[in-house]
Amino acid sequence: MGRVPFPRVLPAYRRIMRDDDPRLPSSPGFWRSPLRGTWFTSVLGLVLLVGITVLFLTGLVSYAAYNPGLSPVNDQTPDKGVLGFYLFAWPTNPYWLYRLTQGLHVTLGITLIPVLLAKLWSVVPKLFALPPARSLTHALERISLLLLVGGGLFEFATGVLNVQLDYVFPGSFYPLHFYGAWVFFAAFVAHAALKAPAAVRAVRGRREEREEREDRADRDSRADRDDLVSPRPDAATVSRRGALWFVGAGSLLLFVTTAGQSIGGALRRTALLAPHGWADPGGGPGGFQINKTAAYAGIDTAETGAEAWRLVVTGRDGRTVRLSRAQLLRLPLHSAALPIACVEGWSTADQWWHGVRLRDLAVLVGYDGDPPDAFVESLQRHGAFRRAALRANQVADPRSLLALQVNGEDLSPDHGHPARIIVPAAPGVLNTKWVARITFGAL
Amino acid sequence: MRPRPLPLGSPLQLLLLVCSFALAAYAGVRLLADDWLGVALWLVGAALLHDLVLLPLYALADRVVSRGLGAAGRREWTMYVRVPAALSGLLLLVWFPLIGGTVDRRYRSATGLSADGFLVRWLLISAVLFGGSALLLAVRVRRATKRRPPAVH
Repeated sequence: MGRVPFPRVLPAYRRIMRDDDPRLPSSPGFWRSPLRGTWFTSVLGLVLLVGITVLFLTGLVSYAAYNPGLSPVNDQTPDKGVLGFYLFAWPTNPYWLYRLTQGLHVTLGITLIPVLLAKLWSVVPKLFALPPARSLTHALERISLLLLVGGGLFEFATGVLNVQLDYVFPGSFYPLHFYGAWVFFAAFVAHAALKAPAAVRAVRGRREEREEREDRADRDSRADRDDLVSPRPDAATVSRRGALWFVGAGSLLLFVTTAGQSIGGALRRTALLAPHGWADPGGGPGGFQINKTAAYAGIDTAETGAEAWRLVVTGRDGRTVRLSRAQLLRLPLHSAALPIACVEGWSTADQWWHGVRLRDLAVLVGYDGDPPDAFVESLQRHGAFRRAALRANQVADPRSLLALQVNGEDLSPDHGHPARIIVPAAPGVLNTKWVARITFGAL
Repeated sequence: MRPRPLPLGSPLQLLLLVCSFALAAYAGVRLLADDWLGVALWLVGAALLHDLVLLPLYALADRVVSRGLGAAGRREWTMYVRVPAALSGLLLLVWFPLIGGTVDRRYRSATGLSADGFLVRWLLISAVLFGGSALLLAVRVRRATKRRPPAVH
């Protein structure tokens, strides 16, 4: 490592660096902020180490929550290969599980944006540092940083755009965000392994104090030890600690103007800029958040009227029953208080759903004992989740309903009239609206 | 003189990086499967746009503010401009599709919610941030003036 890689050009680099030529970003003297230094970068890096790990894990959990192994209709990334090694049957308990994990994923992601930006700002001189590579390992590390920075910004950008329904990214959100996460995480793990020990040492050793002492000491000798510290800093307008508080204030501002969309109730008002914050659509029993309205989904009222609509339930040996809404209402009806929780991170408080238990519908078509998996189809003509598969444990849960009413009144068209699925802890899009057909045991 | 080959560096770190690239390649092939050019442009473009456009722009804006205030002999006021401007800009950076109204139609038809409030609420938050900062500065300047001994005048 200590050998000279490019004997003829290196003296030139050395000269520029020693001279702190302020004209070139490759020279440390170009960067004037007195805030940069190992301690500052390390604190931000350790926050991201914890935060991004949580983001990655809650992201993996969200993929598992879709039960992608159950049926191709649930799986937006069928070519995942070994990247789906960890998949498991998604539970129905606690019923707020997906609300928690996905609210955490999206809210934490948005909250970490200032930390990410500050961290990138704090290390930007290294982007231009010369020589480009001191060794093969160093060259690979710098290439890996492109995946780290590009991949990280790609993940944050696709996530932030998707929750705002701004589908400008090149492809479907699910595969981009899922495979992108693995590319990013590969670089993230390598970066963390290479840098975390030094970052922990820097923070433990209260480097900040030493750096501040060094600011007054001989600059050349110090610059050798900490290449993030500017050799010719501007006079400070804020301390390093103050700058961290500033980053924290940015995170806090984003948090308080976002989190309310995942908490609901009166706190939704506090989510001033979040896509499902501020207000609920309309009032009354159906006045809670909607993912896709009936108009957006292209639901034709001619198909949902009492005369036209029939629920088709198919089961063992092709046994089929067709039920009108009036007939469904004469079956034993049950209630369950469950939230809607979307992959976009927003959720509703518990709503009071009323309808027929899915396992009772399974009994009607010949599944008397333990109910099997179910395949649900909507009247919706297009859209990725117009069909969804539910696993046997979801069908068997007594709170899993084909809901006909919510909060004491018939479902509104936007909430899935004539009938919709509601399953505890399932991601929002698996709670199929405008249900037309349920097939038990045929996955 | 023939340049000597690049030294290897730490073999352990090399192994770690090779493993990282292997995983990234495995996922990357799938990431690039549909629209490889578009995705590659987004990945590399995100890094370039941030490092070569966004960061220099806000760093330059910051330098203009602190130098400008410095020229007026008020360099210590920098934070009173920097904090509200950065926080307001941060909110815009995150929520620009909703604030700018570029997704209005889809947002309204999908969620059944009004898309009108985002710009107004962002402007109000920005006004509160700048107003609060100005108020704080005014209070501090006033206190400092009162405390200053008469001999200084």
